[in-house]
Amino acid sequence: MWQIFHKLGSPKWFYGIASRLMPWLLWVGVALFIAGVIWGLAFAPPERLQGNSYRIIYIHVPAAFLAQSVYVMMAVAAVVTLVWRMKLADVFVKSVAPIGALLTFLALFTGAVWGKPTWGTWWVWDARLTSMLILMLLYAGAIALGRAIQDEKSSARAVAVLVLVGVVNIPIIQYSVEWWNTLHQPSTFKLTEKPKMASEMWVPLLMAILGLYMLFGWLACLRMQTEVLVREGRTRWVKELIQQGGTR
Amino acid sequence: MGSDLSAMKAVMLRDIKTSLRQPQDLLNPLLFFILVVMLFPLGVSPEVEFLQPAGGGILWVAALLSVLLSLDHLFRHDFDDGTLEQLMLQPQPLFLLVLAKSIAHWLLTGLPLVVLTPLLAVMVHLEGNSIGVLCLTLLIGTPVLSLIGAIGAALTLGLRSAGVLLSLMIIPLYIPVLIFGTGTVMAAAEGAAVAGQLALMGAFLALALTLAPFAAAAALRISLSNG
Amino acid sequence: MAFDSLEAFITMGGHGPYVWSCYFVFFALSLVLIQWSRVHRRFVLRTLARGYAEPDTAGTSRASADFARVDTSDH
Repeated sequence: MWQIFHKLGSPKWFYGIASRLMPWLLWVGVALFIAGVIWGLAFAPPERLQGNSYRIIYIHVPAAFLAQSVYVMMAVAAVVTLVWRMKLADVFVKSVAPIGALLTFLALFTGAVWGKPTWGTWWVWDARLTSMLILMLLYAGAIALGRAIQDEKSSARAVAVLVLVGVVNIPIIQYSVEWWNTLHQPSTFKLTEKPKMASEMWVPLLMAILGLYMLFGWLACLRMQTEVLVREGRTRWVKELIQQGGTR
Repeated sequence: MGSDLSAMKAVMLRDIKTSLRQPQDLLNPLLFFILVVMLFPLGVSPEVEFLQPAGGGILWVAALLSVLLSLDHLFRHDFDDGTLEQLMLQPQPLFLLVLAKSIAHWLLTGLPLVVLTPLLAVMVHLEGNSIGVLCLTLLIGTPVLSLIGAIGAALTLGLRSAGVLLSLMIIPLYIPVLIFGTGTVMAAAEGAAVAGQLALMGAFLALALTLAPFAAAAALRISLSNG
Repeated sequence: MAFDSLEAFITMGGHGPYVWSCYFVFFALSLVLIQWSRVHRRFVLRTLARGYAEPDTAGTSRASADFARVDTSDH
């Protein structure tokens, strides 16, 4: 068990495993995501209340779902950074934070555009959209702090503390935003019932979510490999790897 | 235990004394507070119809920004003259000393803001009951701002462009306090019972008191280790 | 197929602009991030390779000196 854990922390071991995993993640991910999206766009039946605008769900929900779970993953990696001082955990946090921020932005953007035909306005200060906006700021803070601190070790641990403080706050923020929302919500903007989804609607959604997860894994591996190369540039294994052309 | 308490007291008194020697640092957040509040009648509308319902929120936002502005001073002086490294070598746990410094920061910025609030509240046409509740929410809420802010101040210690970064990191964490602070004032203005909300804000304070000093102490250790 | 014709598919009963702009932005921004990550990776590889190719032994350390974030103080 400890041996595996130790191995996991080895950048060289990670580089090899990631190289082997990446083609699978990429192609299975692309296939699942594209199939889910095409199914959802062209073949799923229109929604009873919202008509065709609901088809945005096939990118909105995967993006929102992933945006939130990426932050949780970062928090887990932050614990590993602080407790075991594992370098690879920080490589993960740094590589993945911009992806999380982009996904949060995309969830916000698609949510806002979806809101126009559904609620009649681009932006509603609805509890979920507001929480996502705050999540985007949390990502931005973590990225900015990581960039601002030059020293690699300090930067790793400082970002880890910030991400952990953020993850403790997320439930509190969500709770208070929901409370705030019930205080201010104009009743016309309420979606009275959650649309019931037929299986032809949610199976493609599930495919899109799974596919996006795998694509996230692929991009995370790619960015982590780059970061590992930067940090381990002086080690023998990186030199040999590059000179043997093993990086294609 | 007794030595811990006396050490905390010493740190607090020292912070208060050094700040009193530089009264400008104490006045600046207060002046900023007045300035921000003044911008709303000038920038939006001086009508009672706007100011009265918005007043609680305006004062809360202004107080939040003033605390944010003063956070940079929390550790900066001690960092520059090496006191902070001395503190870390003390036998007392660092989080207790950080707690003492946060409390001193609140006494020097949060409390004066609360004292100034009734004056400004009258200027934005808040009514008696709302003013009382507003002061109460600020009394419970501003310590939370100081405590959470200490984490951000510790993390950005020693960085050259800390100002905007600090705001970016800390404001999202301030949102729950802001929401409940203004929400409680609004509820009071409508004549609703506010004991529940106040209790919840008290819970925020208890949570911040127990958790934030640990995070801030960890952050201080990180920031000082590369010095 | 939920649509009768290609035109119906594109207009989506009036919701076409919303749906398609969402999909366009989603794919465009995702591809920008992916491409940027790949370009950065290629840049890193090239810089490292150039550093190793230099004849002197200091070449390796020069390779990493090209990256501002690499800390050289405590090794």
